[in-house]
Amino acid sequence: MSASRRSLFPVAMTALVLLFLYIPILVLILYSFNDGRFSVRWDHASLKWYRRLLHERAIWHALRNSLLIAVTATLTSTVLGTTAALALHRYRSRLQKVHYGLVYAPLVVPDILAGMSLLLLFVACGVQLGMSTIYLAHVSFCVSYVTMVVLARLQDFDVSVIEAANDLGANTWQATRYVLLPLLLPGIVAGGLLAFTLSLDDFVITFFVSGPGSTTLPLYIYSMIRHGNPPLINALSTLLIAVTFLAVWGSQRLLAKQRKDG
Amino acid sequence: MAEFLEFRDIKKSFGAVQAVDGVSLTVQRGEIFSLLGPSGCGKTTLLRMLAGFEAPDQGRILLNGVDITDQPPHKRQVNTIFQNYALFPHMNVRENIAFGLKLAKVSRKEIDERVDAMLELVQMRDQAKKRPSEISGGQKQRVAIARALILKPQVLLLDEPLAALDLKLRQRMLLELDLIHDEVGITFLYVTHDQGEAMSLSDRVAVMNSGKIEQIGTPIEVYEAPTSSFVAAFIGDTNFLEGAVAALADGDYCRVRMPEFESPLLCFNDKRLSVGNRVYLSIRPEKFTISREQPQPDRLRNMLQGKVEDVIYLGNVTKYWVRVGEYRISVSRQHNRFLLDEQPIRWEDDVWISWHADDGFMLERYSESDEDLLQVPPETVFETEEEPEDSSQDGEDRR
Repeated sequence: MSASRRSLFPVAMTALVLLFLYIPILVLILYSFNDGRFSVRWDHASLKWYRRLLHERAIWHALRNSLLIAVTATLTSTVLGTTAALALHRYRSRLQKVHYGLVYAPLVVPDILAGMSLLLLFVACGVQLGMSTIYLAHVSFCVSYVTMVVLARLQDFDVSVIEAANDLGANTWQATRYVLLPLLLPGIVAGGLLAFTLSLDDFVITFFVSGPGSTTLPLYIYSMIRHGNPPLINALSTLLIAVTFLAVWGSQRLLAKQRKDG
Repeated sequence: MAEFLEFRDIKKSFGAVQAVDGVSLTVQRGEIFSLLGPSGCGKTTLLRMLAGFEAPDQGRILLNGVDITDQPPHKRQVNTIFQNYALFPHMNVRENIAFGLKLAKVSRKEIDERVDAMLELVQMRDQAKKRPSEISGGQKQRVAIARALILKPQVLLLDEPLAALDLKLRQRMLLELDLIHDEVGITFLYVTHDQGEAMSLSDRVAVMNSGKIEQIGTPIEVYEAPTSSFVAAFIGDTNFLEGAVAALADGDYCRVRMPEFESPLLCFNDKRLSVGNRVYLSIRPEKFTISREQPQPDRLRNMLQGKVEDVIYLGNVTKYWVRVGEYRISVSRQHNRFLLDEQPIRWEDDVWISWHADDGFMLERYSESDEDLLQVPPETVFETEEEPEDSSQDGEDRR
């Protein structure tokens, strides 16, 4: 009896925590299909707000900005992050810990600090705030995430397969092209997808470094809350959640696949 | 005439560690040459320098008379079988084997033919479509061999290739390696810490210790005629006896006076030592004859009386440790008769051990630390421990 009572507690706690985490999201998704003007009262199911979304030109402009930044920042940070991970993994310098710390720091620095310091930097340098500053800011934190993910993959990587490739006649470029990259690819793609979702989602840092005409989707959603059109936000957020979920799911799948192969 | 493969005074250090310390050796075309030594003796470093993964601090490596010391790995006509095989996990067996040929821009048709021939050679035809994660250790080994051999290297480098396999598979792969060598006739450079592998496979063995070569010779030479205490103790088991030449006898022999024993021992004097020289003798355990009765005197046999202190029954042989003065002499005896008919020698029996004068081998170099390599059981032994299986009657008395 006491055994079953003990085993009930963790189950109950888990359930409560999951409810706490996911009820708001579920409510949001549910109400995005609500026909009513006010989110508190359920009328009947409809796709009215999704249809309305289609006609909000400002939203599509913001989405376009977001996607443009997310794609470019992801590509840049994937390349930079992968090379950074390779360098950190292969070379052992006296400043190894410092280098690692420098890459790791953006993961723990509060967004608000990062955003403020970037803003100060851009202003000091006289850079016009806009799409380019948001892009640079996003690259600056995405690089760290990509590096960490790729570095984690490299930790299980058997260096002797590179030596084997060299031994069989591959020069450095061929060994990289035919052995290293194919083996690292799942890790690189996973890092890239992570960077993509982070960039798409980011609000705080973007808020600091955005300028006129460079409103991204999260910024727009925030302004919509203040001008008040909650059901429309619900529908938009649901779409965002779906995209984010797919990206994360995809990256997890790739990582799991690589673990199985390796 | 230039040698086929030559290491000239190679030195290499990693930080404060001198991994290879002035090694020179030559390998003939077509032979299986082993580098044998304990871990950390520099044998793998030497192999990696030939493959091109490490650069020597000093010295040159010549292959076919050409200095290849500064060539990158992909330019060298040597291929390696790695300890963990290092197969490409994202390619199947066939793609793994074809990798080198694809890089060499060989035509598709020729690649297919040669890969098929290789699959045949290593008996992996049925597994060609499988990924490395789907085949067993022995099969991975075969793929690694095929992948390296398909490029027809001048030298095949094998870095502890059998270390990851279990005992039975190891013995089988050893035979297969030998067959493959007969088939392709390529020079093998074989790195191992396992004396059994080196002895059974090699034409010649280089025994290495702390970055230096102790001895180079055929397996028979390094076992029967070790030049240093390290070689004698590392390969097989032995006894070390210390003394000084007391007199020369019969031209080829000398009498060695041991402070421990009353009469001097007769020993083959292959080192042409003169009276007064210190000598260290190495005598292998199986060279002794052990008996309860005093054997017939023989002009060329030495005889000592002692007491059995330890017996370990191993099935095909029994090991005895016989106390003679200060020495505990390790003696092994084969049971080529039904053991129970033999009236086995037991613990605390008084015995005679004898050996032929030719079997006490004089060492050129002796280091006391090498005694740690000998298989000597601890001095104090509890009564119930290490009993031979056949001594049940005695055992009951003692318990």
